[in-house]
Amino acid sequence: MPKGQGEVVPEAPFRSYYGQPVVKQPIWHEPHMPTYLYLGGMSGAASAMAAVARLTGHERLELAARTAAFAGGTAGAAFLVAELGRPMRFLNMLRVFKPSSPMSVGSWTLAAQGGLTSVAMGSAVTGVLPVVGDAATLASGLSGVAMATYTAVLLADTAVPAWHEAMRELPFLFAGSALASAGAAVMLTTPRALAGPARAAAVAGAVTEVVAGEVMERRLGMLGEPYRKGRAGTLMRASRALTLGGGLLATVAGRSRTLTALSGLAITAGALCTRFGVLEAGRVSARDPKYTVVPQRDRLDAGAPAHVPGR
Amino acid sequence: MAECHPVGFQWVMEARQRGTKVFHIDPRFSRTSASVDRYLPIRAGSDIVLLGALINHVLSNGLDFREYVLAYTNAATLVNQEFRDTEDLDGLFSGYDEETGRYDPSTWAYEGDMPEEEELTEGGRHHAEAAGSDSYGARGAGASATPPSDPTLTNPRCVYQILKRHYSRYTPEMVEELCGIPPERFRELAEAVTANSGRERTTAWVYSVGWTQHSVGVQYIRAASILQLLLGNMGRPGGGIMALRGHASIQGSTDIPTLFNLLPGYIAMPHAHRHDGLDDYLEREGSDTGWWGNRRAYVVSLLKAWWGDAATEDNDYHFDYLPRLTGDHGHYSTVMGQIDGKVKGYFVVGENPAVGSANGKAQRLGLANLDWLVVRDLVTVETATFWKDAPEIETGELRTEEIGTEVFFMPAATHVEKEGTFTNTQRLLQWREKALDPPEDCRSDLWFYHHLGKRIRQRLGGDAIDRPVTELTWDYPEIGERREPDAEAVLREINGSDADGRPLASLRELKPDGSTSCGCWIYCGVYADGVNQAARRKPHTEQGPAALEWGWAWPANRRILYNRASADPDGRPWSERKKYVYWDAEQGRWVGPDVPDFEEDKAPGYVPPEGAKAQHALAGTDPFIMQSDGRGWLYVPSGLADGPLPTHYEPHESAVRNTLYGQQSNPARRTIDRAENPYNPALSPRFPYVYTTSRLTEHHTTGAMSRPLPYLAELQPEAFCEVSREMAEELGLENGGWATIVTARTAIELRVLVTGRVRPLRVNRRTVHQVIMPYHWGYGGGGVITGDVVNDLGSVVLDPNVYIQESKAGTCDVLPGRRPRGRALLDLVERYRHG
Amino acid sequence: MAEQRMGFFTDTTVCIGCKACEVACKEWNDVPDDGFVFRATSYDNTGSLGASTWRHVAFVEQDGRWLMMSDVCKHCTHAACLDVCPTGALFRTEFDTVVVQPDVCNGCGYCVPACPYGVIDRREDDGRAWKCTLCYDRLRGGMEPACAKACPTKSIQFGPLDELRERAQERVERLHAEGMTDARLYGESPDNGVGGTGAFFLLMDEPETYGLPPDPVVTTRDLPAMWRWAGGAALALAAGVAVCFAGRKP
Repeated sequence: MPKGQGEVVPEAPFRSYYGQPVVKQPIWHEPHMPTYLYLGGMSGAASAMAAVARLTGHERLELAARTAAFAGGTAGAAFLVAELGRPMRFLNMLRVFKPSSPMSVGSWTLAAQGGLTSVAMGSAVTGVLPVVGDAATLASGLSGVAMATYTAVLLADTAVPAWHEAMRELPFLFAGSALASAGAAVMLTTPRALAGPARAAAVAGAVTEVVAGEVMERRLGMLGEPYRKGRAGTLMRASRALTLGGGLLATVAGRSRTLTALSGLAITAGALCTRFGVLEAGRVSARDPKYTVVPQRDRLDAGAPAHVPGR
Repeated sequence: MAECHPVGFQWVMEARQRGTKVFHIDPRFSRTSASVDRYLPIRAGSDIVLLGALINHVLSNGLDFREYVLAYTNAATLVNQEFRDTEDLDGLFSGYDEETGRYDPSTWAYEGDMPEEEELTEGGRHHAEAAGSDSYGARGAGASATPPSDPTLTNPRCVYQILKRHYSRYTPEMVEELCGIPPERFRELAEAVTANSGRERTTAWVYSVGWTQHSVGVQYIRAASILQLLLGNMGRPGGGIMALRGHASIQGSTDIPTLFNLLPGYIAMPHAHRHDGLDDYLEREGSDTGWWGNRRAYVVSLLKAWWGDAATEDNDYHFDYLPRLTGDHGHYSTVMGQIDGKVKGYFVVGENPAVGSANGKAQRLGLANLDWLVVRDLVTVETATFWKDAPEIETGELRTEEIGTEVFFMPAATHVEKEGTFTNTQRLLQWREKALDPPEDCRSDLWFYHHLGKRIRQRLGGDAIDRPVTELTWDYPEIGERREPDAEAVLREINGSDADGRPLASLRELKPDGSTSCGCWIYCGVYADGVNQAARRKPHTEQGPAALEWGWAWPANRRILYNRASADPDGRPWSERKKYVYWDAEQGRWVGPDVPDFEEDKAPGYVPPEGAKAQHALAGTDPFIMQSDGRGWLYVPSGLADGPLPTHYEPHESAVRNTLYGQQSNPARRTIDRAENPYNPALSPRFPYVYTTSRLTEHHTTGAMSRPLPYLAELQPEAFCEVSREMAEELGLENGGWATIVTARTAIELRVLVTGRVRPLRVNRRTVHQVIMPYHWGYGGGGVITGDVVNDLGSVVLDPNVYIQESKAGTCDVLPGRRPRGRALLDLVERYRHG
Repeated sequence: MAEQRMGFFTDTTVCIGCKACEVACKEWNDVPDDGFVFRATSYDNTGSLGASTWRHVAFVEQDGRWLMMSDVCKHCTHAACLDVCPTGALFRTEFDTVVVQPDVCNGCGYCVPACPYGVIDRREDDGRAWKCTLCYDRLRGGMEPACAKACPTKSIQFGPLDELRERAQERVERLHAEGMTDARLYGESPDNGVGGTGAFFLLMDEPETYGLPPDPVVTTRDLPAMWRWAGGAALALAAGVAVCFAGRKP
């Protein structure tokens, strides 16, 4: 990969077959898939918050986090099922466990996340088996961080140029976005006085998301283009503005209900924009053969063709 | 060939891998052009200039295979003093009658051959009017077996000198001027062709309808024949001229013909005014020398096959039962007869003239004026549905409720649902087994005609006029519940049998005395020993190079015709490399990997005795055994309607002036001057573009067998035209957009494919743009895809010998965008007609 | 179990673009039509490989030549589609080919963007992923794949991969000797980014001219790295959450 590092990348001459794509675009639907990515991330980070809240005794916040984690996990699963078409198709995912497939790993992670957050939620609502509920909450802290970050691998582990090459930053982008959106969700559902850690999470998440996104686009050089141009560019810019604005608001949100609401909604909207933007950028990079051909051709011209060590 | 015969093209690819150099000469850059060594774009309709220039190159550089030419062709033969060449008459031969537009061919004869009265001569008026020369494919016109000759080839009246003069103006410069082929490319071709001919090497020519569908179509092939004879490429392995056919078994359907002017085995159909009884007919049709000298045996055996015991010597074997020609009963005159109300009923079998024939509107107007129409096909082709969806319904020229034609659609079985033979272009008969029964009411053609014949016979009485039908042998065994006639029984009848009913083994067993019967003399032997020889399928890996045990080739299972010519006059192979059939003096017979196309024991030194007949009149050095003189004819003294030598004439509708002669087009061409068939004026600025029609690998002819199949239809889903980038630029045509193509007949719309494969040509020092149009689409036809009918653009102008229409070279105008609809379409065309 | 890896060698120098492979494939495998669209891209109206086109003939028009190439699933040594399939619907056969089991595929579509060649795709109507099976059923019956059987010019050659590679090498050398220096093999090298393909090609121009990736990589080559980066992000996330709570009393 030539390192663009922010300078203007000249339009690379390249050859193609009638301008047709070399790789297939991801066929995931909108809004199903990006919404799932948002919900899963939010749920995951919320679980992490719930676990830490449990350990640190933030009970009210823990309840809000458990709720957010459960809601996100359940709704996320619903969107995933909608993406697949039929519930049985999700169950079919669990017929094997395949470490080489992020989708398989993710399915099990989602199953764990969904199960654990449901148990945690059920216990919290009914008061039955509180110990089990607490244990589930702690465990969901682990499944949660996995949930919030595996989706980056899910995208990167494809031939979609703008995703695959972004394998380093995407996890941070998604983790930051998850943290910000979970912070926002918990912040919105926790009394202001008790929501300090959530606001902090929202701010930290927002900063991470924006920084990771910026680093990613710069490092990708030409492949950063799809994140900057067209609809994806608009979404990514909106995401950045909303996330930064929401984060900024969160630092002062302790004082006002309206500001809290505005902040939370902005961060949530920003996180959604990120997911839609990333998905769209991936599509664009797959659709235009330039993004597939030019980096590969550069590799060949540099005398460093791809190689895969025997497995 | 790669485009339309991809399976056969595998052998060309194999030859290329072994070092064969392949040229492709075609107006369009097709899949074939992509797969050869050199592609030469040529203006449609100018091939005789190119072939003539090759002939000139050979003659003026002394590159002919002189021993071969002297021994095996009529190069030395002297021609009548009265003969005048196009050199003398600015593009006409002697004998032309301006008024009738016909030739009197008597002055073309060999010296000493007495011309007959013009009326009755082969090539004469009656003869020409019934496409008589069509039968010379195998028959050869009558001419003396031993005409005077000059072996020094110096006599100015010998064929060789006439040829030399005739082609002297066919220069590389003319090739550039008229064909658009630059001299360096021509030189490369000429050098390759001549360097790969002679003792050690041979060159083959392969053509298809790009050569035949012209008003000079027959002469295109003649020109190639002259070249091949001069170079010694006939009757030898790797030589020859190969006609690629447009359908499976088109060769078969001329051998056992569906043509109006032929009987099985290229026997001429009797003519009401030229022939009286059998003896008179036999006397006038063909000569007494060469294998046609045995024609009484062929004809009598055919009559015996058809009328069996009813055919006796006393009744001339019922020669009187055969139908008689009264003139041209070809496709296009039949259509005009329909329009005029003279033709009331019409059988259309496995054909789709509403889409496939030139001037589709005339075709459909004819169909609409019939009392009844029978269409037998796999799907309801456009010919069967014209009454509801023809373009003329949209324009208001026809109204469904006013069309009185009663249409009977008879669903047909496909080739896998019936058994029988295909005869391919190499004359190879291959038997097909039936894979499954046809569905529902679908039936084989054999079933249809067999049962139709039975029903007709039931309805006939004992009147004399009915006897030709009631006395026919019509006794084929029927198999199974559907009473399918036994196809092998038909093949047995075609093969023929002796008086005891035993299958004949060879055409030499045919007798003129009524003791043998044979449905097609050239197919005699296909059922030798009571075995279906066409069904043999021994792999080529398990037999000799000629693969004599794969299928069966007519005549007598000979794989290369006239293969006596593969040896020198003394019977020795011309070279070790090209050794094929040669004389083994010890055994006293011809030997080699093929069946000799010669009497097996006729020694090279055989000299015919005075007055000998048939094959006995040919010497041991005369390989072209169907010709009256046993020679390959460089010059054709009789039999052709438009001259003894191929001459370049421009297509009837040409955008280019003929700069070779004052005579612009073939003077003997057939035009049909009627309102239904208006012509584009030649050299008209209203129609500045040259068009040619074409085919694609993905489709079959009018699309009846391919458009209904999604797997094929999706590969070429829409009718389109191919144009050059330059032409697209000039006219504002967009790739993927629409173009409207206009001729005096109609206007159609096609999608546009702008391609660098089509290049503008420099012809007569100006740019000529060509439009290439595949013709596979129609308005219905049970297809999942439809499109405008390309053949609606074409006019009916015919080659005078075989009445093929000139559909490969026409002129048109091209407009960007879609065509007008309804009345507006007629208005557009009307404006073009009248400038 | 077959001992040998079976594959295709597609020699585009003898391809005549007849598309018999496309049709034979559909006939044998009962693949539906792919729509009736005039694409105005030379003689190619199917566009690319997909769920309902398992052999695709590309037509490349260049100055004075017309390249034709029958594309097909590459049956990679390291097949991304197979690696990423979460259900095990994709599997490696005894012939070392990669096949989708339609009764297992749940249509998640993950294999679609994973393929570096853009081969596999999901059918909209039935929601499952489809691609060339290298005629697994025919192979099991001892027959060659339908496309190779139908190819009139032996442009598509089927056989043990080792033999094909040898034959291809000879062919390229011969073409080079004849002055066709453009000839090159594509995909045959076990050292490439997918560990070599089971279906490889002799091309006359750069792969991208035919719509092929010039230097494809199996995306799962980088999966360990991806997990490491994701692990880092997960740890950072956990740490970040902890930090947010740090020092804040409930």
